[in-house]
Amino acid sequence: MEHLAGRRNLWFAISGLLLVPCFFSLFVWGLNFGIDFTGGSAWDVQYDRAVNTEDMAAVLAEAGRPEVTVQQVGDAAEHRYLMRLGELPEGSDEKARLTDALGTLGTLNPDAEALETVGASVGQSIRDRSVLAVAAASIGVLLYIAYAFRGTQNPMLYGLCAIAAMLHDALFVLGVFSILGRFFDVEIDALFITALLTVIGFSVHDTIVVFDRIRENLKLNPNDSFEEIVNHSVGQTLVRSVNTSITVVITLLALLLFGGSTTREFVFALLIGTIAGTYSSIFNASQLLVAWQYGEIQGWFRKIIGLGRNPVRGPSINEA
Amino acid sequence: MRSRNSVMLLLILFLTLAAGWIDLPGTTLDLGGFKADNPVREGLDLQGGLQVTLEARPPGGGGIDGETLQGTRDTLERRVNALGVTEPLIQTRGDNQIVVELPGVVDPDQAVEVLRETALLEIIYADGASLPVGTLVQTTLGSVAGDETATPGAATAAAAAPTPDPNSPIYETIVSGDDLSDAFVTRDPLTGQPLVAFELSGDASETFYNFTRDHVGQSMSIVLDKQVISSPNIREPISGQGTIDGMTALDAQNLALQLKAGALGVPLEVVSSRTVGPSLGADSLNRSLVAGIVGLSVVALFMILYYRLPGILSVIALIIYTAISFALFKLIPVTLTLPGIAGFILSIGMAVDANVLIFSRMKEELRNGRPLERAIEGGFDHAWPSIRDSNVATMITCLILYWFGQYTGATIITGFAVTLFIGVAVSLFSAITVTRTLLRALNDLGAIRNPWLLGLGRHDLDDASPDRPQPA
Repeated sequence: MEHLAGRRNLWFAISGLLLVPCFFSLFVWGLNFGIDFTGGSAWDVQYDRAVNTEDMAAVLAEAGRPEVTVQQVGDAAEHRYLMRLGELPEGSDEKARLTDALGTLGTLNPDAEALETVGASVGQSIRDRSVLAVAAASIGVLLYIAYAFRGTQNPMLYGLCAIAAMLHDALFVLGVFSILGRFFDVEIDALFITALLTVIGFSVHDTIVVFDRIRENLKLNPNDSFEEIVNHSVGQTLVRSVNTSITVVITLLALLLFGGSTTREFVFALLIGTIAGTYSSIFNASQLLVAWQYGEIQGWFRKIIGLGRNPVRGPSINEA
Repeated sequence: MRSRNSVMLLLILFLTLAAGWIDLPGTTLDLGGFKADNPVREGLDLQGGLQVTLEARPPGGGGIDGETLQGTRDTLERRVNALGVTEPLIQTRGDNQIVVELPGVVDPDQAVEVLRETALLEIIYADGASLPVGTLVQTTLGSVAGDETATPGAATAAAAAPTPDPNSPIYETIVSGDDLSDAFVTRDPLTGQPLVAFELSGDASETFYNFTRDHVGQSMSIVLDKQVISSPNIREPISGQGTIDGMTALDAQNLALQLKAGALGVPLEVVSSRTVGPSLGADSLNRSLVAGIVGLSVVALFMILYYRLPGILSVIALIIYTAISFALFKLIPVTLTLPGIAGFILSIGMAVDANVLIFSRMKEELRNGRPLERAIEGGFDHAWPSIRDSNVATMITCLILYWFGQYTGATIITGFAVTLFIGVAVSLFSAITVTRTLLRALNDLGAIRNPWLLGLGRHDLDDASPDRPQPA
């Protein structure tokens, strides 16, 4: 506990190590965008018996849809299958024809059918708006923190460190889903963006509680070093951070285990985002404040841009 | 202090009872139809149904103006009402799109067919009678009798809507929407009364002139999708241009919009759609409820084990919180969707967070040797800035999510944003008011003598100070 702030480079290194595969996957494989972004159809049907997904694909290919991919979803006993294909308008003659074709493999339950069709132009505009929404959320939160911490020496710094922690969480969630998309065919949909924005909200929520304690302790103990104050504040809020995280994780686990399959990936994104958010509020956000205060971050930048000057080191840096 | 707290306690009790009463399912213990008017609204994904985004594609390309889009929306609304769907949602989006949400619709294929039809506007002659607005009629254009010029769509629309009595007379169509070139609201230069002016094109003006000349003093009816929307009197022969008077400004505006949209006959293309089968929705709802109950129970258990007496208080506050939030969902009303329920369950976690913050602070105050009453107040005062700041940040995210959801036209996302927002707002109230009032009340009763109940070890207090928590 005493060395939380002193070991900040270790915490940064752990985050860095976790983010490396995320960056790699995002740059090399990118995200597996679902129909909300690319346009097309997702068609969910339920049979009365188990059906071979390859048979379904073959039947649909014969009916003029060779591009279809079929996968089983939900519990095995439910016999539910998800087909992804190009745009298939609801109420079209083609849909009726394809339904008939699928009906040759088993009896379909018309009450348990779902079809989502998104036009390509709609998908493109949703993609643009998603980027805008994430950017707007970041800026809104940055401005609010700068306002809430206006009494401190450097209000913008608090905002920037919170945003850095938030980007860490968002990148982690994006990276995990990029890897899941590559290996398990998990797709990114509009609901995923919702989860991402919520993770951003939660991450900042968590960070603010720690920052608030720092703000208070700075007033109470003006003679202590900044590192000591941060260390002390993180220690004081640690139990609370972990407890809150536990309650949120419990509710999310309940949703993941007992909730419907429709929201499974959504809840999973929230879950890993919440855990990342708790880590970053304890181990990144406040430690970044210290690193900045002691000129370490400025030093890293100088190294990166090749000026080669040694960073100005703070007085109480220990073994890490 | 003590009496003010009693008043608060009574107020909370009253709020909880009121919320609990609203939450009771169906119309249990209904008073004056209040509960019947405020049912739970279930979104598409819970009760099944259809969501369609239609894009207006005017013939010959080009754009469509706001008025025409509004008129087309009104036409869709009338058709949807004819389908008998409860709580439909029809709204324009952007420059040229209309989003239609039909929860609980049984036959999505047919509903899409009905929506995609271009509006069929006709002016008919009802043998001189003035047909009341809303009457369903059969006309020579596109009727069962089979006119060669009937569009195939018109027949479908007529078949889908509640069909007029097949024995009712078939009225003669004088002109149709194709013949109408424009319609707008204007005012009578002499009286200042609102008027709807319309213009006819080409051959139709001659046909219409002949008709109106022969039937001066009688009524004609303007019919949209076989339903009468206006039955004006023919005052004098009309050739190219005419006006309709005797309406309020609002009615004139509506009629002009309908005429204009009908005149254009804007074809609508389905750009995106979502259908969910009813049993799929019911299954999702049940699973979410189970998840909610399990989640809430485990959180309650955790809180009680970790925080003991305050933990029990926070669970009571949590139950009150849940009751009030759900009552608000019914009253506002908020359409409940799967992500909405997830948002609500997530907000339970955030509501607990406020309590966790307060209790941690309270413990610290006790360890520093404050008497219990001062520790309670101090705990709240110190926890408040971080509760406020963190929740405001979440609310900012909710507002942006709402905007994003509005744009994508998905109630599924706006539902999440709205429930999370309400949840966070109510949790602020429940933490500050409910938990605090309950703690004060217990303190007043002198119920907390044992430090173990507050989650403190005996040595915590001995180490810090000789002060033991004393009931005030």
